[in-house]
Amino acid sequence: MPRPTPFHKRTSELCTSMLWKEWAGYYAVRSFDTCHEPEYYAFRHSAGLIDVTPLYKYEVYGPDAARFLSRIVVRNIEKLKVGRVTYCCWCDGNGKIIDDGTVSRLDDDYFRLTAALPTYYWLKRFQSGYDVTVEDSSERLAVLSLQGPYSRDILDSAVDADLRQLKFFGVLRTKLGSIDAWVSRTGYTGDLGYEIWVERDQALKLWDSLIEAGRPYQLMPCGLDAMDVTRVEAGFILNGVDYYSAPTCIIEARKSTPYEVGLGWTVNLKRGPFNGHKALREEKQNGSRWALVGLVLDWDEYEALFEAHGLPPHVNSAAWRTAVPVYDPDGEVQIGQATSGAWSPLLKKNLALASVYSEYSAAGTELQMEVTVEFSRRTVTAVVTETPFFNPERKRA
Amino acid sequence: MGIKYDDIIIGGGHNGLTCAAYLARAGRKVLVLEKRHVLGGAAVTEEVFPGFKFSVCSYVVSLFRPHIIRDLDLARFGMQIIPLETAHSPLPGDKGLCRWSDADKTREEISRFSQCDAELYPQFGVEMGRMAHFVKEIIDSPAPDPASLNPLEILKTLKLGRRLLSRGRDFAWLHSKLLTMSSADFLDMWFESDVLKAPMSVSGIIGTYLGVRSPGTAYVLLHHYMGEIDGAFRSWGFSKGGTGQISVAIADAARHFGAEIKTSAGVFNIIVRNGKACGVALENGDEYYGSNIISGVDPHRTFIKLVGEEHLDSSFVSQIKRYKFRGSSGKVNFAVDRVPHFGRPDPSYKHLRGDIAISPSIEYLERAYDQAKYGEFSRRPYLNIVIPSLVDPTVAPPGKHVVSAFVQYAPYKIKEGAEHWPDKREEFGDAVTDTIEEFSPGFKESILYRQVLTPWDLEHEFGLTEGNIFHGELSLEQLLFLRPAPGWAHYKTPVKRLWMCASGTHPGGGVMGAPGYLAATSILKEGLL
Repeated sequence: MPRPTPFHKRTSELCTSMLWKEWAGYYAVRSFDTCHEPEYYAFRHSAGLIDVTPLYKYEVYGPDAARFLSRIVVRNIEKLKVGRVTYCCWCDGNGKIIDDGTVSRLDDDYFRLTAALPTYYWLKRFQSGYDVTVEDSSERLAVLSLQGPYSRDILDSAVDADLRQLKFFGVLRTKLGSIDAWVSRTGYTGDLGYEIWVERDQALKLWDSLIEAGRPYQLMPCGLDAMDVTRVEAGFILNGVDYYSAPTCIIEARKSTPYEVGLGWTVNLKRGPFNGHKALREEKQNGSRWALVGLVLDWDEYEALFEAHGLPPHVNSAAWRTAVPVYDPDGEVQIGQATSGAWSPLLKKNLALASVYSEYSAAGTELQMEVTVEFSRRTVTAVVTETPFFNPERKRA
Repeated sequence: MGIKYDDIIIGGGHNGLTCAAYLARAGRKVLVLEKRHVLGGAAVTEEVFPGFKFSVCSYVVSLFRPHIIRDLDLARFGMQIIPLETAHSPLPGDKGLCRWSDADKTREEISRFSQCDAELYPQFGVEMGRMAHFVKEIIDSPAPDPASLNPLEILKTLKLGRRLLSRGRDFAWLHSKLLTMSSADFLDMWFESDVLKAPMSVSGIIGTYLGVRSPGTAYVLLHHYMGEIDGAFRSWGFSKGGTGQISVAIADAARHFGAEIKTSAGVFNIIVRNGKACGVALENGDEYYGSNIISGVDPHRTFIKLVGEEHLDSSFVSQIKRYKFRGSSGKVNFAVDRVPHFGRPDPSYKHLRGDIAISPSIEYLERAYDQAKYGEFSRRPYLNIVIPSLVDPTVAPPGKHVVSAFVQYAPYKIKEGAEHWPDKREEFGDAVTDTIEEFSPGFKESILYRQVLTPWDLEHEFGLTEGNIFHGELSLEQLLFLRPAPGWAHYKTPVKRLWMCASGTHPGGGVMGAPGYLAATSILKEGLL
């Protein structure tokens, strides 16, 4: 049975829709209102506040912490400067991806790692020989994600620190009134945004102070449905949806490597050994079987499929994550699958993320993707497009 | 002035800019000339009072064509439309009727007035959606001309007829009723509650000098349902940063494709030589020459003022002169220090995240029209109010708000004569303030600043002849192949190489971008350089 997060007292009062889902053992709001769209627009137009406490969190500290993490993840963490965050993934010995998340360097020998799945065992497994302590802080820390064009103005009025100093993927320690907090310039919406990390008992105080600071800016509490649309627009992949964690896979074919899920850029090969090093070096040389691509569906064709039934075109306002086949340009041979997607209200485009054979991954390639129209399976042209689909300047500004 | 352009566009309104962006994208050398210091025409945002950004004229985005957003990648250039969440009709001393995107909540609201109406309301939506789906194709292509002998036109007309018949007799009958009835009468066929019918009926009269009981006003009801089915999904909305941001985004896209845009460059006349438009002369004396001259201003201004009668056939001149403008609306923008409650003390203001219609009954609307018929502005007008700062913090300082009120009726030709409008401006503004106060007591006290635009101001400041917001009345006799004149509905004009690209052409007014796009398509098809 799911448990409440430390913000539940507030979120449950506001969640008039009663739309909840289970996320990592916690109750998480899908959307506060019956319709999630205003929450989506809040992320893109003003600001949205979402409880992301269910993320798994680990504190890694000790003199060998950087070396230890570099051994586990595909990035060279020794190069990560204090006050910086990096996005990366980690693999098994065969270079198959286990999970993805962020690593923050909070101090010289103090790091925080986030993960989608429980990761304590995997970290402990490599501990021997390193002077390092691993703490599972998943329960101890409460986290809110404040995302959107006005997130900086809102947070600025609530914290002591000068947020102009906090660059994209930076992290700092500060105070919100009496609350001690870590603030990182990170998020899962592909917009300007921050994540605020506090001790569990400070959670409600944090919520209240952000809601108060956000009032003049139309800050809106948001749920996962809205964030799911933004993450597709941002081209972010999701463990268990766009790829599967290697240890959960029954068959080898289900497993992926970082190169195959678009995370090749996070792999630092030129350094001492790390998990999956050898396999990844070979793959880098020999090429990958799969590639993760963005797809934009041809609207006119899509509309015509509905018109043939006398129907106006229809899209779901929610993002989807039920995989559908993707075919070669002739529509004859299946060459992959689209694993999630969404209608982008902002771009007026029908978007998808897909895994396809790498020879079909060049931008501009016109593939065919399955769509179901009036209960019948059809295909529609889907053009391989670089992600992020939506990439506002303010994200990095 | 040595440079010769492929296309010169007169007027940097959203249609002119859209046309420019498409032409520039096709690799043509394009120049846009805007008279004012800002771009956008009536789709403009201006910081009239410090910190308050008003969508001075056009205040909602109606059916902006989604394919234009895709084609020109407008989101990248900052175009963001936030859908209207609600439609609220306040009543004095009551919490009013609010329609929500949540169907169950709407049913509950309507039930307070009529349980039957509440259950019929979604069915009405389905019927109207079917109608709108049928009409949708019409706004995305040049209007077929049933009077033309051109085989292509005949084919297009037949195709349209076949589509109509394929939907069954009932559909065709309902469609005919929609074409001919008044919006109030059409709604009477479905609903009994005045509180519901009144705010629905007004969409048929916006920008026209007609009442909700005037025949032919039902058709525009469809526009409200079109947004649901045209691939934009909930396309009625606020533009982030105000309506002007749309123009800015399109202008940036046009520049990105290589178009040149000049502001404070008012065109004095179109240079016509041997029956062919070849350039423009500016008010400051500069001249620019181009292969195509494209007018983004209204038909009257284009032909009577910029071309000149001497270059036109007299029968065409009289048609243009007979083309009806009859502006009937004004605009009052307020800067306020708190949100007006409009009958509900809900601090989340969820009921105000869309539009607010001051139209408590059909009788109220008809009485407002009665005054207009005899050359007065309505003392208790129909108001369409939005508070964009509730969803878009960009447009007002933190904690403060912008209240925009579209006001009908404010006839251009008041009985004292249109030129007397400036003397009546404040009186007109007071009538609007008083009306809002009646529906949301305390409003008056909250006002920090007020900007009043009469039809006279719309004409003189924004170049809208007789203050008509749609470049000519959107009445049936001036739509489709009749807009702006029979035989000249395909963006071409009787003057060679002179084109039209704005709301005075099919499919007409509103922030749609469709005329601009369709004009560019026609020009590119001819391939004239």
